[in-house]
Amino acid sequence: MHVYRYTGDTKPDQVLNEAGEIVGELPENAADLALKWYPFMSFCRKFDERAQLLQRQGRLGTYAPFRGQEAAQIGSFAALRPGDWVFPTYRELAGMMYHGLEPVHALLKSRGHPDAGRMPKGLNMAPPQIAIAAQILHAVGAGWACKLQEKDDIAVAYFGDGATSEGDFHEGMNFASVMRLPVVFFCQNNQYAISVPVDRQTASPTIAQKAIAYGMEGLRVDGNDVFAVYQAMRYAVERARRGDGPTLIEAVTYRLGPHTTADDPGRYREAADVEPWATARDPLVRLRLWLTRQGLWDDERQSACEAEAEARVRQTVADMESYPHKPLAEAASHVYAEMPEALALDLAKRGKEAR
Amino acid sequence: MPKQTMIEAIRDALAIALRDDPRVIVFGEDVGRNGGVFRATDGLQAEFGEARVVDTPLAEKAIVGTAVGLAMAGMKPVAEIQFLGFAYEAMDQIAAQLARIRFRTQGRFTAPAVIRAPYGGGVRTPELHSDSLEALFAHTPGLVVVTPSRPYDAKGLLLSAIRSPDPVVFLEPIRLYRAFREEVPEGDYEVPLGRAAVRREGSDVTLVAWGPTVSVAESAAAQVASRGIACEVLDLRTLAPLDRSALKASVEKTGRAVIVHEAVRYAGLGAEIAASIMDLAFYHLRAPIERVAGLDTPYPPPALEDAWLPSVTRVVEAIERVMED
Repeated sequence: MHVYRYTGDTKPDQVLNEAGEIVGELPENAADLALKWYPFMSFCRKFDERAQLLQRQGRLGTYAPFRGQEAAQIGSFAALRPGDWVFPTYRELAGMMYHGLEPVHALLKSRGHPDAGRMPKGLNMAPPQIAIAAQILHAVGAGWACKLQEKDDIAVAYFGDGATSEGDFHEGMNFASVMRLPVVFFCQNNQYAISVPVDRQTASPTIAQKAIAYGMEGLRVDGNDVFAVYQAMRYAVERARRGDGPTLIEAVTYRLGPHTTADDPGRYREAADVEPWATARDPLVRLRLWLTRQGLWDDERQSACEAEAEARVRQTVADMESYPHKPLAEAASHVYAEMPEALALDLAKRGKEAR
Repeated sequence: MPKQTMIEAIRDALAIALRDDPRVIVFGEDVGRNGGVFRATDGLQAEFGEARVVDTPLAEKAIVGTAVGLAMAGMKPVAEIQFLGFAYEAMDQIAAQLARIRFRTQGRFTAPAVIRAPYGGGVRTPELHSDSLEALFAHTPGLVVVTPSRPYDAKGLLLSAIRSPDPVVFLEPIRLYRAFREEVPEGDYEVPLGRAAVRREGSDVTLVAWGPTVSVAESAAAQVASRGIACEVLDLRTLAPLDRSALKASVEKTGRAVIVHEAVRYAGLGAEIAASIMDLAFYHLRAPIERVAGLDTPYPPPALEDAWLPSVTRVVEAIERVMED
């Protein structure tokens, strides 16, 4: 009798460990990248904290914080080109902003504005998906289109650990591997799907190993190590561009904040559980440590970086609050290419609040 | 002009679309080498290659979900769900994804995919192979829902659907695939979406039908004609958005309406059509609107389906009732 058992390693790959030491292969231009990434990650952290505060003040609707996941997002988006197809979830705002989404636009979803999904021209990036895992299949389709169009663009599906329990994840992984499509499945395992921990989502020791069942390569990286994420993503993206098919990446990270502003994580985890992730494992702390040791960072630069991030966040909030209203009639003109008669008549009966 | 069955006309439409537009790809379960379980894609893979006529893994959500991504990225996917009952597997991708891409992105992206699916009863199938689910899709803003009742329309409507800027759910009545032949032009032509067709003119009662019930309505109309009742048979062809002017024109003339559909009655499209008639032609009505529909049960096993489906007799009885008032 031959029993299949997973005997693989579960330790995530690292390049930069929690002590700020290099334990893997750095990208060639690591210093330049870090000097670009660290200030952006700092801005994202401030953006995220401010957004949660704005919700508390009633100036913003439900918001899904991403803090703690900046390295997983920025390290992976940094390996993409504007022509690549990106299908994010609602917790990918840091990566989406890095990819070119204006920060004010990143707030429109929580602002409840219909233009939140009107992604910028020139970027093949879908709006944040709300239905868990649905976007995975869209990425597979877009990757299929790239292959049919004989382009070397690729598609990326972003999703979380919870999404790996959904059928769409399995159908998408299977489909992409059978058809050998240029797709990267990028899972941010942030340990929780709202309140449910990852060991209630899967009995597999890792998410990365699920790739094996689909005849696909899988990678498991420390998602709070921006270099490790970047290297893994580059590997997967290059494979896809070469026509070698899809890859699953599991970036092991942690959601420092609540699931959304409507969630109270105190009901399902202890402050002591969060503590190590908020200190030595924090992706910003680690990168700053490395930059400092390289002689590329000091307190003065830190203060300037924080001041710049603060100014940009303030400007973003001001832009959000003055963003023009879009009336119902205008939003409703985007249901079909041409507005159906019954819809037009119904709108015409409404008062000026619809127009 | 050659005479064709509906399945042959559909196959020809797919071949024309594949030849005409390199962005078109046809895919689904068994559509490639096997040519589809009903042969709608017979020979297409041999002609257009394995990259454009594609056998997919057995996964309805993936079939529709990848169609969304393909369409967003500039392709024209024509996906087949093997039987409409299996579309339940893909409802999130159809209703919550495909239908909403244009609205969600406020026009930045569109997903003009076509989802073809055989549907309807009367052919003694196993469970979930005969369900008429058109109301689920018509209830979903963003989708165009189309169903032909004859070979000529099947070809022209399918070509229009493939060229539509909107996603189209294209429902093909199984019972009519090989029911009869009619003259179908060999070349490329379109039958416009959103327009009903008057199949028979009459001044006493409007029979509103689509897909498999058009022939039921026509038979009922022929039967009562000998008694001097002149029925107008309106074949909706597009179920969403509805051709309101055709409904209005017909009911203003007849003052009576009988709606005939296979789907269950409760919250079926007949209810929406009846309400539309009230909006459009209330003061012309001379009798309450009648609906002849499936029973409010799941689609029954084959031994019971004849009793379950709208029959010519039940349509005739409904016509008699509206003529009494």
